[in-house]
Amino acid sequence: MDIHEYQAKKILSDFGVTIPRGGIVYSPENAENKAREIGGSRWVVKAQIHSGARGKAGGIIVCDSPLEVAQATDKLLGKKLVTNQTGPEGKIVNRIYIEEATDIERELYLGLVFDRSSESIMVVASTEGGMSVEEISKEKPETIIRSKIEVAVGMQSFQARELAFGLGIEPDLIRRASETIVGCYKAFSELDATMVEVNPLVISKQKQILALDCKMSFDNNAMFRRNQVSELRDKTQEDSKEVFASDRGLNYVSLDGNIGNIINGAGLAMASMDMIKLAGGSPANFLDVGGGATPEKIVKAFKLVTMDEKVKVILVNIFAGINRCDWVAEGIVEALKKIEVNVPLVIRLAGTNVEKGNQILKESKINYIEANTLEDAANKAVAALNK
Amino acid sequence: MTVLIDKKSKIIIQGFTGKMGTFHADEMIKYGSNVVGGVTPGKGGSKHLNLPVFNTVKDAVSETGADASILFVPPAFAADSAMEAADAGIKTCVAIVDGIPSHDMIRIKRYMRRYTKSSKMTLVGPNCAGIISPGKSMLGIMPGHIYKEGRIGIISRSGTLGYEAAQQLKNLNIGVSTSVGIGGDPINGSSFRDIIEKFETDNETDAILMIGEIGGPQEVAAGEFAKENMKKPVIAYIAGLTAPKGRVMGHAGAIVSAYGESAIEKVEILKECGITISKNPSVMGDTVKAVLEKM
Repeated sequence: MDIHEYQAKKILSDFGVTIPRGGIVYSPENAENKAREIGGSRWVVKAQIHSGARGKAGGIIVCDSPLEVAQATDKLLGKKLVTNQTGPEGKIVNRIYIEEATDIERELYLGLVFDRSSESIMVVASTEGGMSVEEISKEKPETIIRSKIEVAVGMQSFQARELAFGLGIEPDLIRRASETIVGCYKAFSELDATMVEVNPLVISKQKQILALDCKMSFDNNAMFRRNQVSELRDKTQEDSKEVFASDRGLNYVSLDGNIGNIINGAGLAMASMDMIKLAGGSPANFLDVGGGATPEKIVKAFKLVTMDEKVKVILVNIFAGINRCDWVAEGIVEALKKIEVNVPLVIRLAGTNVEKGNQILKESKINYIEANTLEDAANKAVAALNK
Repeated sequence: MTVLIDKKSKIIIQGFTGKMGTFHADEMIKYGSNVVGGVTPGKGGSKHLNLPVFNTVKDAVSETGADASILFVPPAFAADSAMEAADAGIKTCVAIVDGIPSHDMIRIKRYMRRYTKSSKMTLVGPNCAGIISPGKSMLGIMPGHIYKEGRIGIISRSGTLGYEAAQQLKNLNIGVSTSVGIGGDPINGSSFRDIIEKFETDNETDAILMIGEIGGPQEVAAGEFAKENMKKPVIAYIAGLTAPKGRVMGHAGAIVSAYGESAIEKVEILKECGITISKNPSVMGDTVKAVLEKM
């Protein structure tokens, strides 16, 4: 789960990280007042969307008067921002963060992620803040320093100090820099985060160490014990079909193609998408209804896939184990009584009681194309598209 | 594979009296697995499915001599249950449960560092289908009848894709020695490398089919291990050719976030390690067959 910049900043400041003064607003009037309340003579108006690279997309505006702050807020609110991470449809701006401008002396990069090889938390830092970590790894890999943190004992002061010295931070600021790094680590480990990124982490001309932009992501599996974090979810930033799916216990990812998929199991779903591609087609979605593929889930899955206007063919591929094919077939027949499907439907059943399952489908008189193997299913779906 | 389970393995069910635990315990018993009891804290001393229920795994082990367990406890309590099994002396533990927080998985793995290699429990999963040695024992939730007895080892992240492979092999009259589902989470109890190493020393296995997917370093680590240390042939399929970068594809671990984690990159690296690639998921069986014919 992702959260907004201002929410991540609030969390990190609770863990001892210094952030510029700022506040969230929902209207231009609000924004103007907030700017006056913050004080100073320059402000930054920042569109709050779940994406990086907002600056290049025009989502960050520097202003020299409270009036300009109001105008910038007016310009951004309700707009859809398209960045290189949002896809062409963009993300809607419903919240604006107003922040005092910072006189920047140096921009650094600080990121924390799970390292799957060592199964520990990896801190990544670089002197090249402001660039994305991908750009840094490509263009300035020699500036990257890493520190592996043993989660059982947590981050030690010396590890933070080594990172701070490694970034060339002047001696007077080492202590503050170390506290900032340890604060980020604690936020990561105590809140079940999967990613914390402060980019840039800046040293201001006034010799303050400030988190100028932050991102945090959290482990969905741990949200049951992180109520305060899970309340920060903003569904307006997610694909509406993906929200519909996750609210109903389905794993769904929206894609660009036109063959809709209903499959049980994530691996089989990815494999079926691969087969569609090899057959010359393109999947409209990834959809895993779960290993069980219960009739209720199948109904919900049909509802979801038929919501997508791109879909020109639907491919159902179910490998039934403990849930038998006859039971799955009954679920499909039930679903088609409730949901109108106006595109060709290819169904491949496999596993337990497959003959019985196929017989139920045939006798139900539903309009579908039967397939026997993965390859057969993909070929028939692509052929149906071209008819 | 006797190093994980065999006909004699004494199995207990953790979360025995719940709906999932009851259903799958029954399926396992019907398959012929030697289930000797179960654990549900607070229900010790009672009977369930005509088998004894214990309050703790330690009690179950000392009363029944159990050496294998399978977890059907909710995700919030799964880490605790896995560590309890390790501490009680269980040798092989399968965690079926989907949804264990990653921080908890790291905690389990750090906890298990207190044991020497020979006394350490093998944890398989979470978010997996479990282990089956066809005709011997099933410590999992798979449909046992699709597996034919034989000499191919299967390791798969995905449950249903592992079934697909077993079915393709069966249709070609090729059997399976043991199939291990290692699960779709980013941090798991046993990696591809851990299991592939066990298959190399297993005298019931002639060749290994590894079914991986996008995300994480484990497929590549197994490939490098195979190149350096293995005599038995390895065949692999990697799912997720069409998966977009940076998106989680159902499995929490199926996300491309670094170089070498996409399907195409993994396939290239595995080829360099001398592994035979099944070029698509519908020819996993045929690819295994072709390799066997060359042996």
